[in-house]
Amino acid sequence: MASTAYPAPAHAPAYSAEQSGLWSWLTTVDHKRIGILYLYTALSFFVIGGMEAMIIRAQLGAPNQHLVSAEFYNQLFTMHGTTMIFLAIMPLSAVFFNFLIPLQIGARDVAFPRLNAFSYWVYLFGGIFITVPILFAVAPNGGWFGYAPLTIRQYSPGHNIDFWVIGLQILGISSLAAAFNFLTTIINLRAPGMTLMRMPMFTWMAFIVQILLVLAFPVITIALVFLLFDRFFGTNFYNTVSAGADPLLWQHLFWIFGHPEVYILVLPAFGLVSEVLPTYSKKPLFGYPVMVYSGILIAVLGFGVWAHHMFAVGMGPIADTFFGLSTMLIAIPTGVKIFNWIATMAQGAIRYTTAMLFGISLVALFTIGGISGIMHSSPPADLQQTDTYFIVAHFHYVLFGGSIMGIFAGIYHYFPKIQGRLMDERLGKWHFWLTFIAMNLTFFPMHFSGMLGMPRRIYTYDSGQGWDLFNAMSTAGAMIFPFATLIFIYNFFKSRKSGEISGANPWGAGTLEWTIPSPPPEYNFAKIPTVTTRYPLWEGKEADHESARVNSQEGKTPAQLGIVMPYNTIKPLFVAAGLVIMFCGLISSRAFIGIGAVIMIFSLYSWLLSPLEPEHH
Amino acid sequence: MDTHASATNLPDSAEGGAHAPHGEVEHVHPTWSTYWKVALILTLITVAEVWAYYIPSFVAGRGFVPTLLILSALKFTIVVMFYMHLKYDHRLFRVLFTGPLLVASLTLLGLMFLFGHLYFKVM
Amino acid sequence: MSTSIAHTSAPASHHYTTLGLDSRKVAIWAFIGSECMLFVSLISTYLIYKGRSVVGPFPHETWTDPATGHVLKPILNIPVTSASTFVLLMSSLFMVLALAAVQNKEKPKRTRGERVLGNSKLWLWMTAIAGTTFLGFQAFEFTSFVHEGLTIRTNLFGSSFFTLTGFHGAHVTAGVLWLVTLLAIDYRRGLGSRDSLLVDIAALYWHFVDVIWIVIFTLVYLIK
Repeated sequence: MASTAYPAPAHAPAYSAEQSGLWSWLTTVDHKRIGILYLYTALSFFVIGGMEAMIIRAQLGAPNQHLVSAEFYNQLFTMHGTTMIFLAIMPLSAVFFNFLIPLQIGARDVAFPRLNAFSYWVYLFGGIFITVPILFAVAPNGGWFGYAPLTIRQYSPGHNIDFWVIGLQILGISSLAAAFNFLTTIINLRAPGMTLMRMPMFTWMAFIVQILLVLAFPVITIALVFLLFDRFFGTNFYNTVSAGADPLLWQHLFWIFGHPEVYILVLPAFGLVSEVLPTYSKKPLFGYPVMVYSGILIAVLGFGVWAHHMFAVGMGPIADTFFGLSTMLIAIPTGVKIFNWIATMAQGAIRYTTAMLFGISLVALFTIGGISGIMHSSPPADLQQTDTYFIVAHFHYVLFGGSIMGIFAGIYHYFPKIQGRLMDERLGKWHFWLTFIAMNLTFFPMHFSGMLGMPRRIYTYDSGQGWDLFNAMSTAGAMIFPFATLIFIYNFFKSRKSGEISGANPWGAGTLEWTIPSPPPEYNFAKIPTVTTRYPLWEGKEADHESARVNSQEGKTPAQLGIVMPYNTIKPLFVAAGLVIMFCGLISSRAFIGIGAVIMIFSLYSWLLSPLEPEHH
Repeated sequence: MDTHASATNLPDSAEGGAHAPHGEVEHVHPTWSTYWKVALILTLITVAEVWAYYIPSFVAGRGFVPTLLILSALKFTIVVMFYMHLKYDHRLFRVLFTGPLLVASLTLLGLMFLFGHLYFKVM
Repeated sequence: MSTSIAHTSAPASHHYTTLGLDSRKVAIWAFIGSECMLFVSLISTYLIYKGRSVVGPFPHETWTDPATGHVLKPILNIPVTSASTFVLLMSSLFMVLALAAVQNKEKPKRTRGERVLGNSKLWLWMTAIAGTTFLGFQAFEFTSFVHEGLTIRTNLFGSSFFTLTGFHGAHVTAGVLWLVTLLAIDYRRGLGSRDSLLVDIAALYWHFVDVIWIVIFTLVYLIK
């Protein structure tokens, strides 16, 4: 194994003068900066979603409490779910899609840098749009899955659901635009020699996620369009009252999106862990091809399991059997990954860094979540489990134990690459252990209260049903999260300012992103590398090392290297703003629709008719 | 100053034409003759479909729906292969299109079954 | 700023790509993939609700309003819609010719026929006019339906029909605007073979919108 260490510089490279200041951030089209924007925004929403959860747990800590009204409680659990899924986990994955994909495939940026910026601004504005209402107690209150006909105007007359429908519609645009971008990037901008089967596993998982996004989001778009039309224009799609609409239409459309969505939520974390475990085991990922194929299989099967969310609605034996079977089948490729991760670690030279601890915890915690998941796959068994806390336990184990732990692994692992400094390991371990304990203490008892019949989405409960102890434990566990999170936030900002300088490859990792300085120069690679293996820094030939040597040098400007950088531009932000203003017009004055349309179309034409970058030959 | 630094964004090893990055892959363009023949076929199929619609005995029969589905699938394929020149383009585009088309079709069939519009004999 | 327009249309030949393809073409096909799922959701809903409207008018059957005793004929007009379908189908031919004209712009034209075929502005106009004619037919259809008592609120058929065909019509409208923009560029500085990709992407979008209509015409209008 060739030497991978480059001497750490005396100071972290800084951005050039033109690239600092608020305006440079508002006009950036650099995937690395956009990734950082996503990071701060997503972490903020993660904290907000966490606070919503804290209030929920405070309310449920003991029986018959009335800290919040039933109505407000509905808003809390709706926004907790909506925030965590759409404003925290997906954007946290987007942090890594943005920052990492071009670096891992040896590209200078994504295929459409301005579209990339657009995706971020739409996310930010949409996130604000859907979050502000809770401050005025008019937040969405129909559950994160907004079942119709509960959410039609007749049964949800206020503005709450309007914010939800419109907010999700806006956020969907952000995700779809990003998906087209990353899909094209991965297909078309890989460095020479980087075949699909040489791509780092994170990029592979990201690739699969983009395909899922492209196929799943249009379906929820239409489901939301139907709801929007029903609520605003009086159509009949979900009008079970007088028009004979089918109460299951929403559920089917929603879950055709909803199930691929959960793989969208977890596959990026899987990809991150597939980078972390090999690095700190000093071994390549075990069974790379199998990991690829299982990811593809999960995506394909993921479109064929959706009605397992509907086992209690009475679809009939054929449907129940089919979806029960397909759900059991999908456990296989997922389980295969667990074994491959374990095999990666086996007989490796393990270093228990914070990133590694989070990575290992995903393997364990996701397995627990997977076990409860397979229990739901049997329709008769699910009849007892559905709509109870047993399900809540399941999805928190896969989403927190899976996605969140994996994302934290990624943050600790890639923080040096992003910031040029290492996070404090001691604080990191505190963060990890507190989080691990909090997570298990909060969610494990829910298996029991769920099995004992505690329903979901109730704002309080009577004593004497056997649920008190478990709820008290969950609340106690939840109370630990703020401390863990504060430690993380403190570590994050402290390390940004004064963490130990990391150098290009502090972990001795093997893939392309570690061949360039930390933080990377604007152009990423001084010279586009030629790739001959999956781990250029571990198994590479002379050409790989030469590329790495050239690309690790610092201090070169694009001009010196003859590299043309794209223009900064405010246009994507304006198009995003125009779009969101248009949507706002549905709830407030209709004039906004016109104003927003004008801003959007004008900025869009301006964007499309101006060049991405200066002329060059 | 590292003299290896490339003057362009192109990698050192881009062997000139191997990845001839000039936007369009050189391929055979269909000619005017192909185009008007395709248009004629599409028109004829449409005429056939509408004609069939006005034959009550055929409409009432079991063959009507399958026939129409096949005819429109044919039109669909012809437009995609020739006008959208999927037949002549890089294989990637065929994959990019057939994948979603397959998922979409299966979803449609699944929904039809789940809402009771698709009957088939079980046992 | 004429150089700026020139630049956006120039192939991204300065930048390395893995497959030697233009990224914008890859992206439009990915977009078309997502549109398959979008329209399948709309079409599925229409088919799910077929025959389940509680009140008329209905697409293919007569309905007597129990309240007023009025007899409403089946509301779909096959002859008119067949005509509009034909127009849209022809528009795809015009689009293909427009693209060919742009691709062959620099080739010498010797015969009258070659000059006609090579006139990109002509074929772009023809496509846009055919598209607008289709939209005119749609507008006529929508207004006459409303006259006959079918609005988007009337019943399940009305909601799903107008939403499905409305979304399709919106896509056609966007396509016509795109074509007009291309025409503006053609008038301003001319479209040449280096603009092939720009026109190709518009063409792919346009053909796809046509193809969706092929599906809608069969499933909504012809199949009872």
